Amino acid sequence: MSNSQMILQMQNITKTFGPVKALTNVNLEIARGEIHAICGENGAGKSTLMNVLSGVYSYGSYSGTIIYDGKECKFKKIKDSEKLGIVVIQQELALTPFLSIAENIFLGNERQKSGVIDWEATRADAIKVMEQVGLHEDPDTKVMDIGVGKQQLVEIAKALSKKVKLLLLDEPTAALNDEDSAHLLQIIRDLRDHQGVTSVIISHKLNEIAAIADNVTIIRDGSTVGWMTNSEENPLDQDELIHKMVGRELTNLYPEHVSHIGEEIFRVENWTLHHPLDQQRVIVDHANIYARAGEIVGLAGLMGAGRTEMAMSIFGRTYGSGVSGKVYVHGKEIDTSTVRKAIEAGIAYVTEDRKGYGLNLLQNIRENSTSAALTRYSKQGVMDEGVERVAVEKYRKDFNIKTPSIEEQVSNLSGGNQQKVLLAKWVISNPDILILDEPTRGIDVGAKYEIYEIIEQLADEGKAIIVISSELPELIGICDRIYTISQGVVTDDVPKSRFTQEYLMKGMTQEKTKLKKVGES
Amino acid sequence: MSLESLTPQNKNNVKRGTVLEAFTSNARQYGIVGALIAIIIVFEILTGGLLLQPNTIVQLIQQNAYVIILAVGMVMIIIATHIDLSVGSLVGFIGGCVALLMQNAHMNWFLAIIIGLLIGLLVGVWQGFWVAFVGIPAFITTLGGMLIFRGLATTLIKASIPVNNTSFNAIAANYLPNVFGWWGPFDGLSIVVGILVVIVFAWTQLRKRTKVAKVGLVPEPMTATYIKIAIATVVIAALTFEFASSGNATQGGIPIILVIVGVLVLAYHFILTRTVFGRRVYAIGGNRRAASLSGINTRRVDFTLFIHMGFLSAVAAIAMLSRLSSASAATGNSFELDAIAACFVGGTAVTGGIGTVPGVVIGALVMGVINQGLSIMGVDSALIQTIKGLVLLLAVAVDIIPKLRKR
Ligand SMILES: Nc1ncnc2c1ncn2[C@@H]1O[C@H](COP(=O)(O)OP(=O)(O)OP(=O)(O)O)[C@@H](O)[C@H]1O
Ligand SMILES: [Mg+2]
Repeated sequence: MSNSQMILQMQNITKTFGPVKALTNVNLEIARGEIHAICGENGAGKSTLMNVLSGVYSYGSYSGTIIYDGKECKFKKIKDSEKLGIVVIQQELALTPFLSIAENIFLGNERQKSGVIDWEATRADAIKVMEQVGLHEDPDTKVMDIGVGKQQLVEIAKALSKKVKLLLLDEPTAALNDEDSAHLLQIIRDLRDHQGVTSVIISHKLNEIAAIADNVTIIRDGSTVGWMTNSEENPLDQDELIHKMVGRELTNLYPEHVSHIGEEIFRVENWTLHHPLDQQRVIVDHANIYARAGEIVGLAGLMGAGRTEMAMSIFGRTYGSGVSGKVYVHGKEIDTSTVRKAIEAGIAYVTEDRKGYGLNLLQNIRENSTSAALTRYSKQGVMDEGVERVAVEKYRKDFNIKTPSIEEQVSNLSGGNQQKVLLAKWVISNPDILILDEPTRGIDVGAKYEIYEIIEQLADEGKAIIVISSELPELIGICDRIYTISQGVVTDDVPKSRFTQEYLMKGMTQEKTKLKKVGES
Repeated sequence: MSLESLTPQNKNNVKRGTVLEAFTSNARQYGIVGALIAIIIVFEILTGGLLLQPNTIVQLIQQNAYVIILAVGMVMIIIATHIDLSVGSLVGFIGGCVALLMQNAHMNWFLAIIIGLLIGLLVGVWQGFWVAFVGIPAFITTLGGMLIFRGLATTLIKASIPVNNTSFNAIAANYLPNVFGWWGPFDGLSIVVGILVVIVFAWTQLRKRTKVAKVGLVPEPMTATYIKIAIATVVIAALTFEFASSGNATQGGIPIILVIVGVLVLAYHFILTRTVFGRRVYAIGGNRRAASLSGINTRRVDFTLFIHMGFLSAVAAIAMLSRLSSASAATGNSFELDAIAACFVGGTAVTGGIGTVPGVVIGALVMGVINQGLSIMGVDSALIQTIKGLVLLLAVAVDIIPKLRKR
């Protein structure tokens, strides 16, 4: 390809963080008007590469050259790259929740007349870009009042308002359900076809890559290890892609596992809860679920079905108001009104929001890992750091957390490795019942397999595992039994023999009026 | 990037940490220590050698004891994303109470101290209650406290109450008895203590190495440990010399107040770094929601923190009263600001979650040395205040600017 067809060339990019070499001579070439995917394991350096490109890491802090639109670029800050039409949508959303959609779209780029905001123009222009991404909302709606899927669209609308030519999306669909993901991908395609926007997308969802990418660059351990093309005539070979990503053959996406199911150890009866602010709004309606020792139980539902809310309300009433119902552990009714009591009863909840509710980014891996089990790693209130180190070191190895040492700050880890630290934190608390909320969000295929193995091993130790996931194939792949939940009501209790996506979908989408409740007498 | 090779398991191809790395990994801490040393050298020259006179050093400690005591509590409060504006007023109020007990009620000085400490704890319970259980932001609660206790102090003390109890006044002014007598011009006890401190320091450093190695991690290079021990020995020897030759014809050596401050600093350093409570404070400061979802009772931690602060305010009040030998309504004015400044000069994060006790002690010393040095040079006290303000700004800027560039 000649240079004019190339919108972007990154040559020999090397970036180090102290002793850690995050990128080594990476080369990336993006053709004008294509959708280019970047694949690689957790910690391979994908986000770092995007940060180098967008000027988050300023020129001089890395080595190598960036040629954009035929000119060499030396970005000092994000604004420099934005001026040239390069817009990055970060792995973690960067919206201000208390501001409206329109305000967020023009944040830092306000529609103004000599310093005074022109609200009419703001709204009108916002509606224009929102139209382009298919976001049909009032531009004055606060961002915190719309779902993650729509928030992601706001990010893209924001990018469009900046006259984007090259759009960088770092795991844009990680937090989205299938429907929202499909919508988002379609918009990226439309942008390419109708407005000539080139996109670079990072994702661990390989079927998405197969559906959308024209070309794929694969990064492993900070170096480019291969390129692949994807077209209708020549579809992407996902097995080969995985092979290149993880450097070995991965025959199965889910481990072979025979469950040894024992007695019931966890039961929730008539669990009802209401919205924390709007007491009239029922979030979960008389839910009845149970789990047995050694059993992996899935909770399937669409976004907003109330799965996370139910889990958090069981776990120390950390969500909701007007909670009623009973929780039994090992046949005994227990009080779970505070997190401490829930933990002491043997329940652990691994949040889906690792930065908001899961990790302390200012502490290191060791301190984070034991933060839910401090009393166990201490004597008379004094930490026993020796024992603590040994334990955390063991989990670092078991979970294959990529880090120079357990003394590393978690903020320096890649997204997927942070997720593993979060998991380790709760496994270390040694619960009997482990509720996992989106445990593989942002985790690469190879590591997913490892996480499944960990989950199954925990089950084999006699724990009851409850998995909340938006990825149906994942639930089907690892669960022994799945509850479907629709609008706060448990609609079905599906045994393994009847696992199919179609069947589960039916339970997940039942209309409220026709809902029949499971376990209702 | 081969991270695997950096992990301690694959020791074969592990690049052992170099001596330089052992020090640069804690660059922030060594940076502030370096600043302190530089400031000391500058003033030693500017004052023509007066700064490091034994009696000046003792005076420096006696004068800044209250800042260190308050800053030790303040750093914990700030780590947990709170602030305490009331400590200055508390110093005035509790000082007034203790003075009244001794002078008007003729209470035994020791009992008066105990009651003073109890009042501090009670005030902590009071403020902790509003912050932790009612949920009023600490800024507002303690702003209220600042007014309340200054008002109470003024009502209680009126103009001033002189304290003429010699035992009580000795706390801030006197030295540990020289039980080992005078060895030439030197106080024997100071020398014995100095040697003990060196031995304990060397022993903990070596023990840390063996402990680290025992759990299968790579310890810092032996040379780095030796260098640390050597530097510490030189510093401690110098201080020992200073203290041993301090005082006057009748007494000298280690100031009593230094012992009190030293014990508090060590105790709170231990609490913050080694105990479950300390971990919880950092956990709350870094991410309050994650902490409570980890089963940490954030209210109880907040509550306990204010009780600690109340206790430390009382200790500072007693130290101050003893030093001034009189309580006045204005005592402790703006002490809260001195304590907060020491925290930020010492590397505490404004947004919480980060900060250490040794850091704030050094922060307090930086401010103290500047104050002392400029006073010796006869600089006007208003100008000293301006300079201290600039130093605060500079110290925090030095901390933040490299981070800006990295981004
Ligand atoms: N600020 C930092 N300081 C130190 N190391 C860092 C920093 N940022 C990233 N790293 C390291 O660089 C490597 C690459 O990280 P990066 O975030 O680019 O991975 P990634 O490919 O995006 O992974 P993921 O799929 O998990 O998001 C990781 O090993 C990470 O630990
Ligand atoms: Mg990433």
